[in-house]
Amino acid sequence: MAVFEPVLLARINRPDSATLKSYQADGGYARLKEILSMAPADVTNIVKDSGLRGRGGAGFPCGLKWTFLPKDHPGPIYLCINADESEPGTFNNRILMEKDPHQLIEGIMIACHAIRSSNAYLYLRYEYGTSYRALDAAVKECYGAGLLGKNILGTGFNLDIVLHRGAGAYICGEETGLIESLEGKRAWPRIKPPFPAIEGLFRKPTIVNNVETLCCVTQILKRGKEWFQSIGVPPDPANPRDPGSYGPKLYCVSGHVNKPCCVELPLGVTARELIEEHAGGVWKGRKVKAVVPGGISMGFLSAAELDTKLDFAGPGKAGCLGLGTAAVVVVDDQTSMVDVLYNCCRFMSHESCGQCTPCREGTSWMTRILERIRAGQGKVEDLNLLTEVAGSMGIIPGTTICGLSDGAAWPVKNAISKFRSEFEEYITSRRASVTSAQRLMAAH
Amino acid sequence: MSVLTEELRERIKAEFPKYPSKRAVTLPALHIVHDAMRAVSTGAIEEIAELLELHPSEVHDTMSFYNFFKDEKHPLGRHRVWVCRSISCMLRGGEELLEKLAEKYGVHPGQTTADGKFTLEFAECLGACEGAPCILLNDECHMDMTDQSASELINRL
Ligand SMILES: Cc1cc2nc3c(=O)[nH]c(=O)nc-3n(C[C@H](O)[C@H](O)[C@H](O)COP(=O)(O)O)c2cc1C
Ligand code: SF4
Ligand code: FES
Repeated sequence: MAVFEPVLLARINRPDSATLKSYQADGGYARLKEILSMAPADVTNIVKDSGLRGRGGAGFPCGLKWTFLPKDHPGPIYLCINADESEPGTFNNRILMEKDPHQLIEGIMIACHAIRSSNAYLYLRYEYGTSYRALDAAVKECYGAGLLGKNILGTGFNLDIVLHRGAGAYICGEETGLIESLEGKRAWPRIKPPFPAIEGLFRKPTIVNNVETLCCVTQILKRGKEWFQSIGVPPDPANPRDPGSYGPKLYCVSGHVNKPCCVELPLGVTARELIEEHAGGVWKGRKVKAVVPGGISMGFLSAAELDTKLDFAGPGKAGCLGLGTAAVVVVDDQTSMVDVLYNCCRFMSHESCGQCTPCREGTSWMTRILERIRAGQGKVEDLNLLTEVAGSMGIIPGTTICGLSDGAAWPVKNAISKFRSEFEEYITSRRASVTSAQRLMAAH
Repeated sequence: MSVLTEELRERIKAEFPKYPSKRAVTLPALHIVHDAMRAVSTGAIEEIAELLELHPSEVHDTMSFYNFFKDEKHPLGRHRVWVCRSISCMLRGGEELLEKLAEKYGVHPGQTTADGKFTLEFAECLGACEGAPCILLNDECHMDMTDQSASELINRL
């Protein structure tokens, strides 16, 4: 296979890659004036025709989302850049912001022109201090060079970018949680509709886009929609609703591999290729037991499913929730799936915002059941209980406001259906190792 | 006498022009105060509320939603050391690292050392999983940590 030449990550190893000077030396902002002089609808159409789907987790077609804004709205219209990146296993937005902030800023400018917005708020998770300083310096450089502020490059286009730091809550990555948080409130996701495009930040029409999505926008306007469509996977002819999986994608690979990495590849590589060809194989000469395909919310692939294509449709075909953030976490064959699942459940229980009962109670119960199993007090019937709780929570069964709870349920469903015998053995052998007196004590 | 210094008030007010509502300055204001005073006291909440034209309970509600902010009974040490316990770090020894540090420095996660040097915390995924296990020192990430390199980092504080 020919080596794929990275585009989104092309500049990250250049000296001073984060500076305006080096970005411009590599052709950055070169076509900006021309793009800002195009009709906004024409820019939107290019993005729409490119087939770009959001990289933040849901895979919604980007250009299409932009067209949901009300026509001829007097404004203001807002762009929120979702830089909350908190899905366990995911770190590509961080690299994009630390190493090439101007690529993102150019994407923000293009998107704001397309959606007729003059105000962009970049919601950055607090933990990304290094990203914050890189972005802050880059934004200041832009104001100094007339690339932000009023009448940018003499085109009449105005834009301000505000950097807004979060405070360590995963739910702020959900787009309406993000909006509530930006407004100064607790990050409780909103009931939809109305969708943000109609009523979002400060009750105004708002588009929320992920960092990587906007970096793709920069490259699409620079290289053309045909370039973007030449990469990745076309729509499945058997599925008329499949928009395809075009473009390059930043895959994060971590966990039990020799060389954890973030690598840019055409959408549609398999989990096996990522592990073996890009991440140096499983560490310590071990074998794969399970793989998280796109952040823990997406569930697990088993060792038999490693040839699953990691495009937008692939993980779903293997029973996972979706591609998510394309963050691959590898679990080796010496690790207990009970421990892995417990870690996922504890995370979700900690991060549930608590406003929907099935999510608040369900995440907490699943965690407690697994705690009990780990303490040697589990019963095999608990596995059915776990599946039942998992099946009752989420947008899919229609019981909750946001997708956090689907993402909490999925690892449970996948782990128990794909690794059931391991769970059963664990429960039986743990029970045997704990005396009945200990069990009685622990129960009180 | 006011809790917030004139300098802190000015920094909070400097955030106003960035947003169409003063309420949106809640998180920036909490960060400014928390960072400087190592806690947000009840008095500070009242004064932030006054600046933002909110009821103190509104500021408190937002503040308490984010476990990030400490109240006056649990102020932060001079530094904050977060050890990641989420999946990629857990798979590479993050939980053991947190346990070792807690034992070595005699603090549980959430507590501050007796000399006030640092507050130990567990973190959820720090977005640096390629360097698992990792530690966030204040807001800078340190990757591929071992007991030894983590202790060296802390001892240098
Ligand atoms: C619980 C939860 C957490 C999320 N976290 C993030 C996140 O950290 N970053 C992100 O871009 N999208 C996140 N999303 C998805 C956003 O709601 C939204 O779909 C996305 O920001 C839209 O941008 P895109 O279309 O460019 O992908 C999350 C969704 C849910 C349900
Ligand atoms: S599903 Fe969970 S995280 Fe989402 S709004 Fe409901 S309680 Fe909050
Ligand atoms: S799991 Fe620790 S940094 Fe991601």
